[in-house]
Amino acid sequence: MTVTINVNGKAICGDIAPDLLLIDFLRDHGCLSVKRGCDTSNCGACTVHMDGKPVLSCGILAARADGHQITTLEGLQKEALEFGGFIADEGAEQCGYCSPGLIMECIAMVRECREKGIDNPSDEDIKAYLAGNLCRCSGYEGQMRGIHAFFEWRRSHRDASIL
Amino acid sequence: MFTARDYCRAGSMEEAWTLYQKKNNIVVGGMQWLKMSDASYGTLIDLSGLGLDRIEEDQYEFHIGAMTTLRQLETDAGFNAYTDGAARKALSGIVGVQFRNLATVGGSVAGRYGFSDVCTLLLCLNTYVHLFHAETSSEIPLAEFLAHPCSRDIVTGITVKKVKTKVFYESVRNTRTDFPILTCAASLRYNETPSKILLSIGARPQKAVLFAAPAEDAAKDPAAFAARVAEEIPTGSNVRGSAQYRSHLVQVLAERAARNLFQKD
Amino acid sequence: MRTGDEAKGLTGNLKVVNHSWRKKDADQLITGKPVYTQDIAPKDCLVVKVLESPYANAIIEDIDTSVAEKVPGVAAVFTWKDVDQNARRYTKAGATFPESSPYDRLLLDRHMRYIGDGAAIVAGEDEKCVDKAMRLIKIKWNVLEPVLDMHKAIDNKILVHPEDNWESIVPVGADNKRNLCAHSDESDGDVEAVLKSCDIVIDETYHTQACHQGYMEPFCTWCTKDPYGRLVIVSSTQIVFHVRRNVANALHIPKSMIRVVKPRIGGGFGAKQTSVMEMYPAFVTWKTGRNAKMVFTRRQCLTQGTPRHEMEMHVRLGAMKDGTIRGIYLYTLSNAGAYGEHGPTTVGLSGHKTIPLYRPEAFRFVTDVVYTNINAAGAYRGFGATQGMFAVESAVNELCHKLHRDPMDLRLQNIAHEGDIMPGYYNEPNTSSNLDRCIQKVREMSGWDAKYPGQKFTTPDGRHMARTVGMAIAMQGSSISAVDVGGATLRLEEGGFYMLILGCADMGTGCDTILAQIAAEALDCPLDKIQVSGADTDTSPYDSGSYASSTTYLTGRAVRDAALELRKKIIREGARLLGCPEEDADFDGEYVRYVPLKVQEPSENKAAADPEEKKVSLNEIAERTVTNITGILEATNTQSSPTSPPPYMAGVAELLTDLDTGECRVENYYGAIDCGTTINPNLARVQAEGGILQGIGMALYEGVHRTEKGALIENSFMQYKMPARPDIGQIHISFDPSYEHLGPYGAKSIGELVIDTPCPAVAEAVYNACGVRMRTLPITREDIAMAGIKGEEGSVAAQENPSLR
Repeated sequence: MTVTINVNGKAICGDIAPDLLLIDFLRDHGCLSVKRGCDTSNCGACTVHMDGKPVLSCGILAARADGHQITTLEGLQKEALEFGGFIADEGAEQCGYCSPGLIMECIAMVRECREKGIDNPSDEDIKAYLAGNLCRCSGYEGQMRGIHAFFEWRRSHRDASIL
Repeated sequence: MFTARDYCRAGSMEEAWTLYQKKNNIVVGGMQWLKMSDASYGTLIDLSGLGLDRIEEDQYEFHIGAMTTLRQLETDAGFNAYTDGAARKALSGIVGVQFRNLATVGGSVAGRYGFSDVCTLLLCLNTYVHLFHAETSSEIPLAEFLAHPCSRDIVTGITVKKVKTKVFYESVRNTRTDFPILTCAASLRYNETPSKILLSIGARPQKAVLFAAPAEDAAKDPAAFAARVAEEIPTGSNVRGSAQYRSHLVQVLAERAARNLFQKD
Repeated sequence: MRTGDEAKGLTGNLKVVNHSWRKKDADQLITGKPVYTQDIAPKDCLVVKVLESPYANAIIEDIDTSVAEKVPGVAAVFTWKDVDQNARRYTKAGATFPESSPYDRLLLDRHMRYIGDGAAIVAGEDEKCVDKAMRLIKIKWNVLEPVLDMHKAIDNKILVHPEDNWESIVPVGADNKRNLCAHSDESDGDVEAVLKSCDIVIDETYHTQACHQGYMEPFCTWCTKDPYGRLVIVSSTQIVFHVRRNVANALHIPKSMIRVVKPRIGGGFGAKQTSVMEMYPAFVTWKTGRNAKMVFTRRQCLTQGTPRHEMEMHVRLGAMKDGTIRGIYLYTLSNAGAYGEHGPTTVGLSGHKTIPLYRPEAFRFVTDVVYTNINAAGAYRGFGATQGMFAVESAVNELCHKLHRDPMDLRLQNIAHEGDIMPGYYNEPNTSSNLDRCIQKVREMSGWDAKYPGQKFTTPDGRHMARTVGMAIAMQGSSISAVDVGGATLRLEEGGFYMLILGCADMGTGCDTILAQIAAEALDCPLDKIQVSGADTDTSPYDSGSYASSTTYLTGRAVRDAALELRKKIIREGARLLGCPEEDADFDGEYVRYVPLKVQEPSENKAAADPEEKKVSLNEIAERTVTNITGILEATNTQSSPTSPPPYMAGVAELLTDLDTGECRVENYYGAIDCGTTINPNLARVQAEGGILQGIGMALYEGVHRTEKGALIENSFMQYKMPARPDIGQIHISFDPSYEHLGPYGAKSIGELVIDTPCPAVAEAVYNACGVRMRTLPITREDIAMAGIKGEEGSVAAQENPSLR
């Protein structure tokens, strides 16, 4: 079957199998930031945005994404550098395999916070939003430091932030 | 992961229903649980083009479309206000935000999953399931739906009919995003005389079941009430917990429900 | 060498080392660049899969692949018929030759020894045709009864490895006709006599599970042939050189025909210290000439990867009423599973890293490692020490309760100190330890004195809660004494920068950056002048790989010494260009200057006044190396350490428990660590935080169950529950370093140590909450809730909440 999926602002037409997962469609089309970590929707490494919302690309058919907007980290490079830099400053990206999925989820969280006017989310609220992103290297603590540091920086540099 | 020969984004419920009458075809909800199977299907029937992804509230009821995501329900202000925040409590432990942005209310209900937080919560509310059959649709109480075996009707949505109520929810889990070891939802129905407490216990590990009692019983002696619930609701064992532990949890959570519901605000 | 390199570390006058730098690969990782094995695989790879045995113990009577081979797209199907069943066996363990792990595998065997064992290799153009072909392979099985209980393995009539070509190449007490993968018995003094004369003996048995490492990147390998017909293996591995040997042994081809390359790795934690899958795509490429790729699903990672060894430990800990620990007896029974990877070695650490924490008059340490018909265990951070620490430190905590002693005080009374000879640690001297100060520190930072053992309270809505603490101490090693090899090459390049060529593996830990920091420190240059390359068996200097807490300590030493040697070469060349004696030249990182010994002080002014004549820049020297005036300036250093200096740690778990439901969470974990100098404090901290949470996972969440037939139930992340973000409160780390003279700039190891304290510390906090000593991991909600019903004297729950009894 033929689908047209808008990936990072560019319409991609593809002839696909009906049971092809979005993650495989994206990786076949060069979005290699999208990682497979578990096959059972538990790890969050494959997180992408569909119509602006974070979803598991291993948990959705490419066919269902037909006509929708998909964003991967390839389409958010500047945002990744800005936000991810705070994680990297803690050394908490570690092996980096979960980083793209985590950063996609974080960007969604930051945007949601912005819409709700929250500029200093609590530890437990952040943890709840990111509960679906497993990381085995960091124990999460350094990533949490980085996320808080980002929000702190953003409170005083609202205009400088592209997020 | 399953395989499939064909995919169809249905243009109408009739089309979806007709396709679904073929044994090898399957309706895709959020696909999160379906994905875990290794089955081979004919056509995957996608309902995502039918506008079933909305929560509509009026003064009598909530209508929740089958394709409404768990995340929508979790964050719906009206539904949370009605359930005293139980919706958020029931849904926020399910894997993660990305998962709940895909998994659907219709999928959770149609799947009749034993571990379902969603079914546990909805069961203690005044919930009706909308089924599409041929060209007609019908509406049956959730308890009745859960008791029935799977049929070839398609769940198009649910209605939660408003009553004067107070709602409680708690689950016990291994990690906080694991399947629950036990789920407990309770509602106090002021609309009936005498007022009634409805307790729904799920992940026993079997499907959620209801326990109803006059509110007065639970209010007077929550511990004795809880002991009775634990005695009457059967539990089983799996890797997440033994029947003995689950029955203990039934008692603990039932008592908490009773105490919570009768606490003066 | 006039730059007192050692003095630099001691005085803390360090410019690059002991500073937190971003990891060199950070920007590529956070922007999701394609840097992992699978991302860089050629598009035309054959998909390789292994058909898994559905039986725990079975012989393939007959296997018919004729129909499977005809499936369109299938390129090859291999079975035991393609492998000489009488050939020498091999091990998948990544370990220095000669390996302690037995040679007990064939690439494809007739005998299936666990559910998931490889019955056939199928390669095809895509996944669908391979899956279809696998379904069409017909096997006639002779199903045998398996041995699944490790307690019944020794001298069972069922043998996991009855074959005659089974081989143990190192004397580790192995005997395949007894299901024994290893056996040892060592002692110092007469422990029975000592225990008899003790006032009190804690005599208990502890049990830990076969936990999964949980690296986020599943195993992946792809293979190709290079223009010379050699086999190139690109793999997510911690051990490129061992993979070369293991694949050569598995395929029976010369090592010279194999090259192994490691790209970025998405976590390892020891899992990738075993060459779990490399031989399968390697065999396909070797036989077919085609590029071939294998990727494990998470299920396969769990069922075919090599988890931590399940261990059962019997401890007899003898002490006097005044708290003096006098004797330790430890018997460890370890479950190797169907194959012996790392079996003989892991078990040793259960005693060697626990007994020497203390100064017993006598000890005895006995081990049995047994074969059973479950998936083979292997290496996982801590490597046996984690299991042993749970047992011995739990026993010490039990002793404290029996004697009504504060666990911190009792440890301060008994721990080994710097300068001690450690009989339980191969009689190695304790060359550096700050453990006593770590205990003091963790006591302060956790608020121990106010919190121990804990308190119970009832919430306004009637919940019975307990907030309790528990502690433990731990040690690990820094490389395997006289066995591990660390290697590094440093080369001055055109443009005046350095290439640092490594054979160890950065698996996310940041060792590429850490080792570059060491080089930069020794060469007095900014970090970005050091470029890192590795690991590649064709070009890297030999290094046994990144495991056994060896990289920072051992490869770090190799890097420092290579840098100091290269420094000498630069000075020699500079002096030659300046026309001055070598002794009168010095190098400040940018220039080699003429600094006559006698007038050293004013020389800098002179040089500044007249730079042209008195100095030559590194850039200039570098340029001459490529015009062949100078020749390449390069230094390679290889290190092995006669001792394995232990890093130390004290940890405190603060647990909040719902006594009614048994739900609990570590709200705070405090760790005070002596890992010597922290080369990169940020990265050391993250190592600590990550290791601690893995330990907490093992303590509270990560259960392992098997069906009656021996199949793993927790075979996905849906069932195997590692802690997610909401499952942990906060982790607090303090570094209280000693200075290890053998390590680079005073460094010891950190990677493994940090996983060791949570299990006993959490178990102690649980005891203080519910009054029952949990001696089997993981401690479940059910254990806690049901314990609350039974109750036990002495617990907070029992004391303050009599209704729970």
